[in-house]
Amino acid sequence: MLIAKNLHQWRGERHVLRGVSFALEAGELLHVAGPNGTGKTTLLRVACGLSQPEEGELVWRGQPIAMLGAEFFWELAYVAHDAGLKGDLTARENLRYAAGLRAAASDADISSALATLNVEGCAELPTRALSAGQRRRVALARLLIGSAPLWVLDEPHTNLDAAGAALVLELIARHLATGGMALVAAHGQLALSSGRISRLELT
Amino acid sequence: MIPRTGMMRAATLLIERDLRLAFRRASQLCHPLVFFLVVTTLFPLSLSPQPSQLRDIAPGVLWVAALLSSLLALDALLKSDAEDGTLEQLVLSGQPVVVLVAAKTLAHWLVGGLPLVIISPLAAMSLGVAPDAMLVTAEGLLMGTLTLSFLGSVGAALTIGVRRSSVLLSLLVLPLAMPLLIFGARATDLAMAGEASSGPLYLLGALLAFTATLAPFAAAAAVRIGVE
Repeated sequence: MLIAKNLHQWRGERHVLRGVSFALEAGELLHVAGPNGTGKTTLLRVACGLSQPEEGELVWRGQPIAMLGAEFFWELAYVAHDAGLKGDLTARENLRYAAGLRAAASDADISSALATLNVEGCAELPTRALSAGQRRRVALARLLIGSAPLWVLDEPHTNLDAAGAALVLELIARHLATGGMALVAAHGQLALSSGRISRLELT
Repeated sequence: MIPRTGMMRAATLLIERDLRLAFRRASQLCHPLVFFLVVTTLFPLSLSPQPSQLRDIAPGVLWVAALLSSLLALDALLKSDAEDGTLEQLVLSGQPVVVLVAAKTLAHWLVGGLPLVIISPLAAMSLGVAPDAMLVTAEGLLMGTLTLSFLGSVGAALTIGVRRSSVLLSLLVLPLAMPLLIFGARATDLAMAGEASSGPLYLLGALLAFTATLAPFAAAAAVRIGVE
């Protein structure tokens, strides 16, 4: 489980995170909400260990993540606002290299992940040639390869159609059902079919 | 539990990825090489085509051209990965950033530096360098371009967040590359005069060992700050 204690973070002169605390249990979704510019992405990046909070502490399974380092990264899958895909590589190659750096990923795993997100037809196309929604789906397919228990998703619905948005919620619900955790920044409501949701409102 | 990818496997995967990317952009791949050849052929045209005079300037011309053309490609080392978010994913992959940065640097040298070394005898020949000295020049450039790639990785990592960073990058890296220029040109000079050139070559080797072991650590620290 992931616990944040009194996180503070400045962005230049702006005090973006002002004492944010939360606790995320197995099988739970934490919905980070709030208007634009209130630090949702900043919070997610701090929670990933990409940036260090200026004050406060993040604890993963009882240990501070600053001490865990790679051990924490192994258990984390982060889908950022940028899709994190190489435009010159095909969807399959992108996933093979991204996932392969963590653990051996077979072609079958990649195909089934792409099929789950309904982009199997794009597997052999360079991602530069895909639409923004298709790229987002390919980026999300990374979650399904490997077995990271903690998903950190920054606006996963961006560029997705209604069916895609519903699919993302369905995937999160399935992930929670297997004891996973999700930290999701999104506008509006997240309606899961099953699983616990708590909401963190940033102002 | 799925077995984790080992450090060396991760490094080879990353090199494979970067090579594949480089060959998808074949035109970019040729730029430094063409630049090197153009610069080295401009000198005989602008100075006098007298072989004796060309031979005098050959070491300097070869090394300055190699230095500048390596610098040309350096900007792309980490920039494109930082822009599309893949650098972040690399940092989060759980592999040591030092290993990843070293792998990227090596891949960068394989497509940017090694072709230069291979083609250098041709450029040397056009400047009237004797065959013995060509070999020494290629040896020197082999170590020199690799050292420069490692030095450049630190500069590239420090300028990740800077827009239009190529000028800043040159300012950071060129002063550090001066020893390379001095010893490299000296090695070619000595070989052309028929003397033993092992002294400067040993020094180039020492510089390579020094940067190859330390630069990835500095670059990795800069990358961590850069993605923040």
